[in-house]
Amino acid sequence: MSDFKTDKYSVELKNLNIFYGNFQAVKNVNIGFKKNRITALIGPSGCGKSTVIRSINRMNELIPNTRTEGEIIFNDFNILNSDIDPVEVRKYIGMVFQKPNPFPKTIYENISWGVKINGFKGSRHKLDVIVEKSLKDAAIWDEVKDKLHHNALKLSGGQQQRLCIARAIAAEPEVLLMDEPCSALDPVATLKIEDLMMKLSEKYTIIIVTHNMGQASRVSYETGFFMVDENKTGFLVEFDKTEKIFVNPVNKKTEDYISGRFG
Amino acid sequence: MEYKNLKKRVRVNELFINIILFVSSITSILITLGIVFELGKESILFFKSGVSILKFFTSTEWQPAIGNFGILPLLNSTLITSLIAMLISVPFGLFAAIYLSEYASDKVRSIVKPVLEILAGIPTIVYGFFALTFITPVLQKVFGEDIVEIYNMASAGIAMGILIIPLITTMSEDALKSVPKSLREGAYGLGATKFETSTKIVFPAAISGIAAAVIIGLSRAVGETMIVALAAGSGPNFTFNPFRAAETMTGYMVRISGGDVGYDTFDYNSIFVIGLLLFIVTLGLNILSRHIIKKFREVYD
Amino acid sequence: MITLNKDHINNIKTRNFKGKIWYIVFISSAVISIVFLSILILSIINNTFGIIILGLKYNPETVSPGKPLIKNSRDELIKLLNDYSGIDDDFTPAMLKTLNNEKDLSLRTEKDLYMIFFNNVLQPEIIRTFSLLESVFNKNIIIEEYNLNKDSYPILRMEFKSWLNPGLFINTQSSHPLLSGIRTAFFGTLWMVFLTVLLAMPLGISAAIYLELYAKDNMLNRLIQVNIYNLAGVPSIIFGLLGLAVFVRMLEPVTSGQFLRFLFKSGEQTTLNGRTIISAGLTLAIMVLPIIIINTQEAIRAVPSTLIDSSYGLGATKWQTIWHHILPYSFDRILTGTILAVSRAIGETAPLVVVGASTFIVFDPVSIFSKFTVLPIQIYQWTARPQAEFRNLAASAIVVLLILLLTLNLTAIILRERTVKKRV
Ligand SMILES: Nc1ncnc2c1ncn2[C@@H]1O[C@H](COP(=O)(O)OP(=O)(O)OP(=O)(O)O)[C@@H](O)[C@H]1O
Ligand SMILES: [Mg+2]
Repeated sequence: MSDFKTDKYSVELKNLNIFYGNFQAVKNVNIGFKKNRITALIGPSGCGKSTVIRSINRMNELIPNTRTEGEIIFNDFNILNSDIDPVEVRKYIGMVFQKPNPFPKTIYENISWGVKINGFKGSRHKLDVIVEKSLKDAAIWDEVKDKLHHNALKLSGGQQQRLCIARAIAAEPEVLLMDEPCSALDPVATLKIEDLMMKLSEKYTIIIVTHNMGQASRVSYETGFFMVDENKTGFLVEFDKTEKIFVNPVNKKTEDYISGRFG
Repeated sequence: MEYKNLKKRVRVNELFINIILFVSSITSILITLGIVFELGKESILFFKSGVSILKFFTSTEWQPAIGNFGILPLLNSTLITSLIAMLISVPFGLFAAIYLSEYASDKVRSIVKPVLEILAGIPTIVYGFFALTFITPVLQKVFGEDIVEIYNMASAGIAMGILIIPLITTMSEDALKSVPKSLREGAYGLGATKFETSTKIVFPAAISGIAAAVIIGLSRAVGETMIVALAAGSGPNFTFNPFRAAETMTGYMVRISGGDVGYDTFDYNSIFVIGLLLFIVTLGLNILSRHIIKKFREVYD
Repeated sequence: MITLNKDHINNIKTRNFKGKIWYIVFISSAVISIVFLSILILSIINNTFGIIILGLKYNPETVSPGKPLIKNSRDELIKLLNDYSGIDDDFTPAMLKTLNNEKDLSLRTEKDLYMIFFNNVLQPEIIRTFSLLESVFNKNIIIEEYNLNKDSYPILRMEFKSWLNPGLFINTQSSHPLLSGIRTAFFGTLWMVFLTVLLAMPLGISAAIYLELYAKDNMLNRLIQVNIYNLAGVPSIIFGLLGLAVFVRMLEPVTSGQFLRFLFKSGEQTTLNGRTIISAGLTLAIMVLPIIIINTQEAIRAVPSTLIDSSYGLGATKWQTIWHHILPYSFDRILTGTILAVSRAIGETAPLVVVGASTFIVFDPVSIFSKFTVLPIQIYQWTARPQAEFRNLAASAIVVLLILLLTLNLTAIILRERTVKKRV
């Protein structure tokens, strides 16, 4: 790995507990996500990976009756504090979802809308430049440059997902959250996204949830493994360098899961 | 690293919009309060001005001229017309619902349901016209002109029944459809015929949804106005003969308010008293119906 | 669970037979609903067309040879009036003079002059009208009736009349059925519906947005929601009472337009009471509000959460998400719901009788403070009259009303289809 990558944390979860009503979905999660690295979160279905990743940009609180305890440190702020504005948080911590979800607008508008609501006041030409750059960064420019004003929903699934990535990075976030970004895509499209992630990690801190062990081992620098206890509450079993987790895990359960003997 | 301010900021327009939206939704409460307050106020004035409550509910005569206000004639004809309406709409509506839910193919359903929707969308004034110009002459032909008066409760009741059929059909069909397939399959497994399955298994399982439909239908009938105003006749008349003219509660309200009624007269106040009674009855029926539906949902969810 | 006793199992034939019988009952119930609808429509069409027997004093064709009487110019009509005054005792020159003194003939409109001539000289009288079915199948009775009246009128005509004709839209109310039309009522309906939508739509949509997207699950908000469901079931006439007490009476200085009187030239167009379009519009807006709210809530609930997520995920505020994504996405459905509410308002009669839609006016409404009448009220008035010819008018007005509603509903259905397609 290149040398400019430090071991500084971009986001730190400290003692995170998340509840849906009375049900505790995850307990006592402590993770540091290193800057400009890709960190993967893996684990069986229902162990709270989405819950954790969605709480990092405070998307989870959009679900009624959720409660999040603990700390999420980002830029020296505990962003769970009541004096933090979730809308501002989301401008710096972007998100890509499991199902590609472009707006039912043109490709151009998909990118420009996010830029505009984030306070962009420049000329149309400047906006064009941003749109082009974002699409290029998301490795989709060549495929869409001739149909910028076509409906984004006409693109293929893989293209839509890269458009969503372009849309997220157009706002120049610092962190990119990806919740199973490839699970709705075919293997070729998946590989393209993986390449893209590696490239993007030079600029962004990336946190990805995946069910695909190969993907986690290919792209991530560190990996966290989650499981559920007897109350169905998720917890972090093990967190380490990806190589370590995949080759020589400390916990027996991690080994079982990774070798496919589990869930 | 550049400094990022993540602190909460006051978004004035968001706050402003929030307030506007909240106030809009409060309007509905104000409307209800307005109804209760106005109806209540005028009713109090009515009884304060010397009408005895006891007589109001027990006297069989409504003669404002001599200060005799007995609601029974109006109530009686409201009940009779509603009863006739239910006698028509419940069997037809229910049977049609069973047919649509248990027997009809998708294609048939896709034709019949829109027709019912159209039937339900026709303004009640049109049904009133229909009652007066078609149903009444038919009744007179069948039963004799000397028995059936030109304005009569039967004709209004029948038209109201037709009006309510679509309501009962759609609501009952929803109830029947939401009975789980497994129940039906269980009955077939025991060798029941389609008819037995429909009537002995599916129907009882959906009974509360159907009851709710019937209650809503009744509430519609009690509050229905233009049909009775046109076809049931004007002038309170305490009779149980459906072929005679007798004014209903709503019919009375239309007749009195249609003339130029002066404020703070007996007539003016009296329509509010009757309105209050109507409001309470229909509200009670609607709440009951929604309560039953809620219970019904809990069973199958 | 079902209990199958021996009888049941043995009598499979009887059971199947019973099932067949009931199947016939079920299917005929469904068929009968359709039959009812057909009879309803047919009975209205039956009253819209038919033969009338018409008695006249003079033949309009000889009075105005070559063109219909109504097409004559003002001068020609005045000349005709002068020619025919004094021709018999019903219309003497003295009467014409009185009319001239009331308002100079040359200052009167053509329509006015035509009506004077129509009422005083021609004096048409509908002796009897027949329904479409009678006209086709009972020719004998009609001819009998014609012969019976032959000697009582200078001119007796038997003609097939469509009560649904251009005159229906041109004429205002009149005591003479041949001069009556729905013009005033039609404009009244348009004004009122416009006002109702203008008032109820923003309010209803705002309330629905609040309830679906802002309201926390607490007592007050639950109360609001339950209250809306209950309001949706309140009989329409109750809303009329509320309108009468609040808009017509309490707010009379406002709803009568008096507070704006200085704006009107002579106060001609404002009435002195609150029985105006604005009161009616407010009343109906309140009535359809719950329908719009409930429909809009459903429309908002149908917006996919992925769309909402992606907006928030980009750092959009709540209102930005609503305005740019939720509302555009659910717009078609909201519109469909609103159209249904509008259809309800267009056909509504009872609350408008209560708030006092005027039964007899001949002026087109010119502002929200005008007195007015609407189509259903007009139908009600005509139906309630004893003379058969007004029932024919009522039937033709019903046809207009139903066509209006059908158009609206078709629009709603097309919108619904479009939405379904968009989603695929
Ligand atoms: N909106 C919600 N309301 C209540 N409980 C929820 C909600 N969303 C998730 N849960 C519960 O929280 C737990 C964790 O769910 P979550 O979606 O975070 O799991 P996950 O690890 O992402 O699973 P998957 O791999 O299937 O995506 C589960 O038990 C789930 O049932
Ligand atoms: Mg998940």
